[in-house]
This record gives sequence, structure tokens and C-alpha cells, in this order.
Amino acid sequence: MNFRNGKELLSYCEEKNCSISEAMIKREVEDIERPLEETMEKMHTAWDIMKKSVERSLTEDVRSMGGLIGGESKKINQLREDGKNICGSVISKAIAYAVGVLEVNASMGLIVAAPTAGSSGVMPGTMLAMQQEHGFSDEEIVKALFNASAIGYLVTRNATTAGAEGGCQAEVGSASAMAASAVVELMGGTPKQCLDAASFAIINLLGLVCDPVGGLVEFPCQLRNAQGATTALTSAEMSLSGITCPAPIDETIDIMYSVGKAIPSELRETSLGGMATSKGACSRCNMCH
Amino acid sequence: MSEISVFDVMGPNMIGPSSSHTAGALRIALLASRLAKGRILHAKFVLYGSFARTYHGHGTDRALVGGILGYNTDDERIRDSFEYAKEAGVTYEFIENFTNKDVHPNTVDIELTCEGQHVVTVRGESIGGGNAVIRKLNGIDIHINGASPIVLVKHWDRKGALAYMTKVLSDSDLNIAALNLYREGKGKIAYAIAELDGKVSSEVLKKLDDYPDNILTIYIPALL
Repeated sequence: MNFRNGKELLSYCEEKNCSISEAMIKREVEDIERPLEETMEKMHTAWDIMKKSVERSLTEDVRSMGGLIGGESKKINQLREDGKNICGSVISKAIAYAVGVLEVNASMGLIVAAPTAGSSGVMPGTMLAMQQEHGFSDEEIVKALFNASAIGYLVTRNATTAGAEGGCQAEVGSASAMAASAVVELMGGTPKQCLDAASFAIINLLGLVCDPVGGLVEFPCQLRNAQGATTALTSAEMSLSGITCPAPIDETIDIMYSVGKAIPSELRETSLGGMATSKGACSRCNMCH
Repeated sequence: MSEISVFDVMGPNMIGPSSSHTAGALRIALLASRLAKGRILHAKFVLYGSFARTYHGHGTDRALVGGILGYNTDDERIRDSFEYAKEAGVTYEFIENFTNKDVHPNTVDIELTCEGQHVVTVRGESIGGGNAVIRKLNGIDIHINGASPIVLVKHWDRKGALAYMTKVLSDSDLNIAALNLYREGKGKIAYAIAELDGKVSSEVLKKLDDYPDNILTIYIPALL
């Protein structure tokens, strides 16, 4: 049943009348030959780590190695608790949690690379916000993580999730597409709507460069995880409303890949261009000062 | 390459901040530590390329020491690995090499000094997504990535050594997925590295060790 692209995934789901998450679980059990129980248990562990990483950023004093980030999650959370947020609870929480995971990551804490460490805030940010605001159970969220993984798998198989190869669009863009699709499935959308939401997220972050100050996964990576989470939610909302994407997911993934290759190497994780050249940001980094 | 698992995408579970500079670096050191026989006393790390430029901010140094101590990529002790190394009596040093540019950008050479003054040298590359490859062992080009269980036999380059090894493995119902051979020269030290489909028992390793032309047998279970 192994599917190689979005088209095959979609026709499998339609033929079997199943969700993308169910197809991905079946693929893991049948093609990777991992027992069902172990597969579910491993994803529960990943979800536990995600929740704990958010909690750590909100309750502990987390200090990054480079000193460029730390405390942002608490600030966004405080703004909402003071009733001064402008984004609404879901997005406010999603961005607070997403930036929090990046703080934990930058302080050598435990995270789930989803799909990469640099984009590790998007999935926990969106999923925990959805759980708290819409009352989804852990089992429902874990299932949604399989849906998200299907998108990540399609990108890994047919393009790249490495910033050095495809820029930030390949990391945060992929994470955002994964989260968008997962949110659509949680909210009862069809597999086609999931893939369209993933396409919207990729399109909206197309061309995003990877330009970490000092080569560290801190600034502007942290901000972009908030952006990835927000884009996931807006993309899901558009797709759920019935807007369809004229470009199928396989095309948007291919296009993301070719745009990535067209990004100059200075803007692909080499820290030779973009925000990495900001004197203001560099002066605040511990590494050279 | 093997098929992409759902946990290659939603994972690895790892200590941050970077899959290539932290998790991948740890895997190189972990594989290096498994290639050493006996207790490790000292580790010398020579860092190249991006590793040399950014190792401190990425915790590459702490991850490398954590790997020598046998930690996995999700071990919370990595952050404090320097303190744990001190407790374990393991010393270490880091050397930055900016002159050799003819290497993969995330390369480290590791020299391990073990009890009895045994020295092992390893070159590893962190190739992305937390994956790592060992490229050199004691100066000889090899390829080990830790994806499957491995038996490494260091032996004198004489006929029959390989036949003995493959017979012992097949007699123990072990299928060889890949077999690679390397040697310093005709009749000199040679290495046979077998990637296997199953786990290897200590009796099998003992049998391999007993062969007169075999100098050393090492078993490396698959990394998580």
C-alpha cells in the first residue's frame, strides 16, 4: 500500500474511505513492519515530549546557549492572560507555545524534531493550542500527528526538509504544512482538504530563507516558528471553509524544492546573508562577544 | 536507502539545538566509543568546517562528550556531559581546524585513548537530520552509519579468514545484509565489516575471536 506521492495517498484514502492518519499508521505497520502497539506508543512518547517542552518554557528559566532568545513564551502568554492579546486564543497560544519549544531547544533541552529541530515549535504549538481550545483528547492529537507525518514524509521523499538544501521554507514551511493538514483532520475535514491546507501553507511560506545569526538555531528561527504555526492555522481555516487549491500538493512540494535550490547558498544556513548579517543581532550573541 | 519511517519525520526525540550539530555529532562519538575496546580515558576531537565555527553554540562539544559516555540523542545528561565525564574519569580536548577545507562541512576526527594505551582514531560526518557516518577507522576508509547491527572483525589479510567469519554467521542463522572489506595492504591488517539482519550473541563473537588470524572482534548494535 506504500504511497509515494500525494496523488497515491489521496486515491488510497478515497478507495478505502479512510483518513490520512489511518493510511500513515497502516503504512508504518505494513511497510516499515513496526507493530501497531509500538507505533502508537512511540507517537504517544513524542506527544508527551512536545507537551513537556512547552510546559518547561512556561515554568522554568530557560537560557539559550547563544543568549539571543529566552523568556518570549512567557511574555506572549502573559499578554493573553492580561486580556491584551489581539490574535484570539488559538493563535495566541500557538505562537506562545511554538516560540517556547525553540527556547527549550536552544538551551539543550529535550524536543521532538518535527520535522527538524529548527522547526520543532510548529507542531507542539498548534496541537497544544487546538487541544486546549477545542477539547481534543491525547488520543485524537496523537492520531493527528500521524496525519502531519504523512505530509512530512511526502516532502522528505520528494523534496527536502533541510534548511541547508531548501532554506527555511523547507523546515518551517514543511512543519507548517504538516500542522495545517493535521488541524484540518482534527476539525473533520476530508483528506483532500488536508492536502489543500498543506499546499496553502507551503505556498504562503514559499521562498523563506534560512539565515540564522551566528549559525545558531535561535534568531530569527524562533520568530519563524510562530509564523509557521500561524500560517498552519490560517491555511487550515481557508481549506475548511471550502476554498480549494488549484495546484495539487505534489506540485507545490516540487515547486518548493525547485525554489529552494534557486535560493543562493548565502541564504541556506551558511549565515553569510539575510538576518545573519545584522550587526544589531550579532552584537547580542554570546558566541563572539 | 531504507524506507522513511513515520518517526524519521516526527523525530528523532533529541536534545537540541541542532539535529546535525548536536544529535548527529553525538552519534559519531557514540559509534566511535563502540569501536574502542576497553575503558576510554581520553578523547581528542578535531573539528572541521561548520563544526569548528559553531560547536560551542550548538553544544556540539557537550554532545561529542555525551556520545563518548554512551548517551543516546535524547539523554538529558548531554547538557552536563562535561561534569559527568569528570566523574567518570574521562578527559577530553577540542581542536579547531580551519585550514583543511577538503572535508564534509560537519566533520570531526576523534582519537580515543583507552586503558592499556590502546588508541583508536575515527573520522565521522554528520550528514543531516541527526544521521551520521563513520568514514575512517585507524586511517582506513570505511562506512558505518549505525542503522543495522554490525560485526567488525580486524584480522590478518590471509585466505580463509573471511570464509570462517561468514560460516560462523550463517551457522548462527544470521543473514548478512552487506559485507565490506578493507585492508592496509596485502598480508597486512584487514577489516571485514558485516551489516546483519539480526542481533548477535556473545557466543558468536567468542567464536569469531577464537580464530587465530583474527585480532579483534567488535559488535555494534543498531543505534536507536
